[in-house]
Amino acid sequence: MQQVNSANNQTDLIELDSGKVPLWEGFREAFILHLADNALILAQRNSEWCGHGPVLEQDIAITNISLDLLGQARNLYQYAALLINKEPHNLSASSLHSGGKEVTEDSLSFLRTEREFKNCLLVEQPNGNWGYTILRQYLFSVYQFLLYGQLQYSEDENLAAIAVKSLKEVTYHVRWSSEWVIRLGDGTAESHKKMVQALEEVWSFTGELFLPEPYENEAITGFDLVALQHSWLQQITNVLKEATLFSSALNEKVFMQSGGKKGLHTEHMGYILAELQFMQRAYPDAEW
Amino acid sequence: MALQDADALFQHKIDNEIKIEPKDFMPEAYRKTNIRQISQHAHSEIVGMLPEANWISRAPSLKRKAILLAKVQDEAGHGLYLYSAAETLGTSRDEMINDLHIGKAKYSSIFNYPSLTWADMGVIGWLVDGAAILNQVALCRTSYGPYARALVRICKEESFHQRQGFDSLLVLSKGTPAQKEMCQDAINRWWWPSLMMFGPKDSESTNNDQSIKWKIKRKTNDELRQSFVDMAAEQVKVLGMVLPDEKLKWNSQKNQYDFGEINWVEFWNVVKGNGPCNKQRLAARVKAHEDGAWVREAAIAFAEKRKMKREILKEPAI
Repeated sequence: MQQVNSANNQTDLIELDSGKVPLWEGFREAFILHLADNALILAQRNSEWCGHGPVLEQDIAITNISLDLLGQARNLYQYAALLINKEPHNLSASSLHSGGKEVTEDSLSFLRTEREFKNCLLVEQPNGNWGYTILRQYLFSVYQFLLYGQLQYSEDENLAAIAVKSLKEVTYHVRWSSEWVIRLGDGTAESHKKMVQALEEVWSFTGELFLPEPYENEAITGFDLVALQHSWLQQITNVLKEATLFSSALNEKVFMQSGGKKGLHTEHMGYILAELQFMQRAYPDAEW
Repeated sequence: MALQDADALFQHKIDNEIKIEPKDFMPEAYRKTNIRQISQHAHSEIVGMLPEANWISRAPSLKRKAILLAKVQDEAGHGLYLYSAAETLGTSRDEMINDLHIGKAKYSSIFNYPSLTWADMGVIGWLVDGAAILNQVALCRTSYGPYARALVRICKEESFHQRQGFDSLLVLSKGTPAQKEMCQDAINRWWWPSLMMFGPKDSESTNNDQSIKWKIKRKTNDELRQSFVDMAAEQVKVLGMVLPDEKLKWNSQKNQYDFGEINWVEFWNVVKGNGPCNKQRLAARVKAHEDGAWVREAAIAFAEKRKMKREILKEPAI
């Protein structure tokens, strides 16, 4: 992270059209967009269950989580838009530059390309069965719980306020999803088998959560992302044990997939955006 | 108390606007009619989620996506209260859902039409929810207590949905030519099916007389349909759009709108299962139920395990 440290001293400057800009200037926006993209894409995935859940009460619950995540995404995009509009050159190499218009929560979510989205691979994976969806939600919610737990103390007051609000929601998501992981893991032989399989499928997407990109450096975020991994592992191990799903193989070296946070996604991402962005692409410049 | 007296007391309560409650005596036919009507209403809420859920992933802005998600979630909530209200009459949610899946129970035919463009979301809110509200406001005074109380809450939320629907159409009506066209097209497609929501003509409806006497229904199909036409014919002017009916005309003598004839052949065909989406809608519900079977079974098995564990822990040590 030498690069960032030196950037902090404002020694590294790169030339942009708009003049001399310190390299690290865009990192805060990138970090906020990364958080927003995570929330939006998981909201989009979870919302696919709406009307199709295994039981009415749970259809409502997963839709609720989807709505919470969408709300978080909106807060974060709005804040990112505010920062970007103040310093437009910070959104370097973006497809949003054209026209010189101000960016909005909608242009950030509907007009960026696949390679500009910074969400982790975990959230873009297809829903699979209810067990996979629940497990993905649980693993992600614990990560969000720890992350917002740090961000609530951020020196950035706006980000701290978003974190405080989101933390209340995520606390419930952790509780709800952990209860389901335990229920399904320790339910019937069939549900146990499905959960073991889900865990095998999802696990290789969890490493990326704690693999910091330059924009997640402590100098930007105010906390050490790598240090959260230990708490995360401890918390999920307890629940997986109670769910009779814990396997020592989890601790062995599994090759972890990564790239989403850099904009290198799985093939699923293009289809998510094709649906998500369809209206704004088909009817440019319309108000809705 | 002789059955005759019980019957008389029952009708006396109805005549005096005293609500019938779950443990009160009620004629078997009254119980059955209520189960049929409330479960049909519940199924309509649940199947009705599908045409709208169809646009959640493609909503054109984050705000619209949030509004739509919350709306479809409300429909699920309505389904829940209604299934609970019907259960007070001695049936179970499983039984009702099974009746839906085997085609024995009906749901509102309107949901057998496809939602083809984003404007359909607005029109469903304005016309479909609007028609439902007219039906349901009349039903808030229905004689069966649990149903009446569920309806009061549902009506409040539905009125909110209708305003949101109209508001999103208002945006389209002031938008680009493509948006205006999309809006008019959606009105054209949903207008007649919305009129069909009030059911057959009074002269051909089999359930009207007894239901009115028991105050399960408070207004006839034709009365409600007329109120709907009178309302929509005015509101459409605000949008600067038109209703697709050449015979629609204000009748100053009757103080109401005259309107054209519904295509009853289409109406009965959709009721009988031949609408554009009947098979698709039912298949989606059956699939959700079947795919969820292992989840429901696991939840039951887990609850039993926990219960047993607690009982073992309670046993005194030997």
